[in-house]
Amino acid sequence: MLQTVSEPHTEQKETRRDGHLAAYRFMLRARLLDDKLAALYRAGKIHGGVFLGRGQEALSAAIGVSLTKGDVFAPLIRDAAGRLAFGENILDSVRTYLGSATGPMRGRDGNVHRGNPREGLLPMISHLGAMVSVVNGILFARRMKKISGTVGVACLGEGATSTGAFHEALNQAAVEKLPLVLVVADNQYAYSTPTSRQFACEELTDKSAGYGVAAHAVDGTDLTACLKVVGEAVAAARAGNGPQLVIAKLLRLCGHGEHDPDGDVTQSKQGYIDPKLKKSPLGRDCLKLAEEILLKEKFADATRLAVWRNETLHEIEEVVAQVQREPTPDPFVEKWVAISSGHLTEGRHE
Amino acid sequence: MSLTYLDAIREAQAHALRDDPRVFIYGQDVGAFGGAFKATKNLANDYPGRVIDAPISEDAIVGLAVGAAIEGLRPIIEMQFADFSSVAFNQIVNQAATLFWRTNVPCPITVRLPFGGTSGGGPFHSQTPEAIYAHYPGLVVLTPATVEDAYSMLLEAVAIDDPVIFCEHKFLYRHLKAEKLPTEALPVGKARIAREGRDLTVVAYSAMVHDALEAAAELSVEGWEIEVVDLRSVKPLDTDTVVASVARTGKLLAVGEAWPWGGVTAEVIARVVSEGFGLLDAPPQRLNAKDTPVPFHPNLWAAHRPTVRAIAAAARKILRY
Repeated sequence: MLQTVSEPHTEQKETRRDGHLAAYRFMLRARLLDDKLAALYRAGKIHGGVFLGRGQEALSAAIGVSLTKGDVFAPLIRDAAGRLAFGENILDSVRTYLGSATGPMRGRDGNVHRGNPREGLLPMISHLGAMVSVVNGILFARRMKKISGTVGVACLGEGATSTGAFHEALNQAAVEKLPLVLVVADNQYAYSTPTSRQFACEELTDKSAGYGVAAHAVDGTDLTACLKVVGEAVAAARAGNGPQLVIAKLLRLCGHGEHDPDGDVTQSKQGYIDPKLKKSPLGRDCLKLAEEILLKEKFADATRLAVWRNETLHEIEEVVAQVQREPTPDPFVEKWVAISSGHLTEGRHE
Repeated sequence: MSLTYLDAIREAQAHALRDDPRVFIYGQDVGAFGGAFKATKNLANDYPGRVIDAPISEDAIVGLAVGAAIEGLRPIIEMQFADFSSVAFNQIVNQAATLFWRTNVPCPITVRLPFGGTSGGGPFHSQTPEAIYAHYPGLVVLTPATVEDAYSMLLEAVAIDDPVIFCEHKFLYRHLKAEKLPTEALPVGKARIAREGRDLTVVAYSAMVHDALEAAAELSVEGWEIEVVDLRSVKPLDTDTVVASVARTGKLLAVGEAWPWGGVTAEVIARVVSEGFGLLDAPPQRLNAKDTPVPFHPNLWAAHRPTVRAIAAAARKILRY
């Protein structure tokens, strides 16, 4: 079959454009959703914490768009973009934050602790590093069931690399040669603790050699780089090359949670974040940077970006309005039973 | 041919592997070596790819089991010693125990804990952590005392859709024998009257059932008729059977090998006092291990846990009240 020389290039360019646009739209949705959740928190409408992904959307979205249905995803607290890209809808997020009885967690768990294990989206527990071995277990079980070609991604911050759970699980994945991609968002602070108090190696990628796994470093503020590097890591795991460790450097552009204004580098007040980091390339806002990339590469024009922003804002407002009308959990209807085997409950002794 | 308690554990696992393709075993040294106590002897050979050695990573071992359960399998985890389950504590009580309640997805994992004291075991190979796990919602905690129960309850544990902490007593592994494996059994959640009596109810579980029975035999020489209740499962706890026994005897002694603060014996007494206060003719008593780590030397070890003599002495005190 005859082909002109330019065709593959056009195709490549189109694939690149589509990948960027898809990821960008998830980044935008996540950012605007986060902004709305922060506003609801300040208005006293949310019980418990609110944890934003500001500054981490490029990395997170790149993970989500690299995965397909049937894969496994264990997001962490700053992965709204990745969740949306993996298939979670805004409604599930808002329902969980606002404690709707109809949400996936039915008011039993809140905020970032949501998911649908049967769809491969794992609901994190708060203990850092603990989800990694659970992802291993799903991948391990699939191998026993002779299901191949799926991968699992677990997300962590650099603080979680200090846990025993991280060590045990990464070593376990390496021993079993599981298709695990462990993505570490090195956002410079674990709550208030800087990296100098978290680890002593030069680079977190140095750790990979000790486990016998492949390592990938990426600038977490750069969507193009994230799409490329995360995509390569996921492809390598899918191809059977064993666990992949991705270390993305970036800066958290919000407090640890919305209860932590001292950690919010975008606030005028000087908090615990080193101002030099904000001025460094790590402090760039990945969303703005992504918009610059889209405009420069002519993947979209300013009008298109404005339309998307307005559409998304409208959609979020509608979802929030809907959820605010939904019933909250009723303690008199709640069964107060923690096990599924009804005959083994101790109902009389609560 | 006679079978030990340990044989029963092995046979139950072989049975589960044979009958259910979703079952696999994961733990340290469980593969070709057959386990530290040989509870998985030959199983790796008989069921290739389904009895798998794990690195020394208790946290990740249980985490992996939870993931496999989400994917529809039924893992049996062998902790080499119950004491080491403290390293997996987070995955057991926060991951496995909360999964169903949070997500409606059941977590059918069985965690086998070789537990309890043996002479020479020392502080880190002798612990009885059943009450800690029973304290957390979302777990079923089983403590079989007989060869028959070791077999039937382990089979039932694997079939239960929730995380089961299966406490198998190391002292019973080779001491206890039966002629054959049972074909029928009491269901999990039902206590068993191990010996009938009318003067005093002694509630025990796991290895202490045998010490309680010995004490009862000793007291029968003195003319006392002691009823011994074997709890079999500490969560759920069969309060009805215990209260019904106290209704017959009017007196209660709860015996446990675990430490004295809180725990199963305290729970038994709390329930009997609140549900059957009027049935009691004497203050209910409890007998536990001493409030120290489990000692290494046989002289100290034998005095650390309740002995037949200590059970009989405690019983006499209540009987003479």
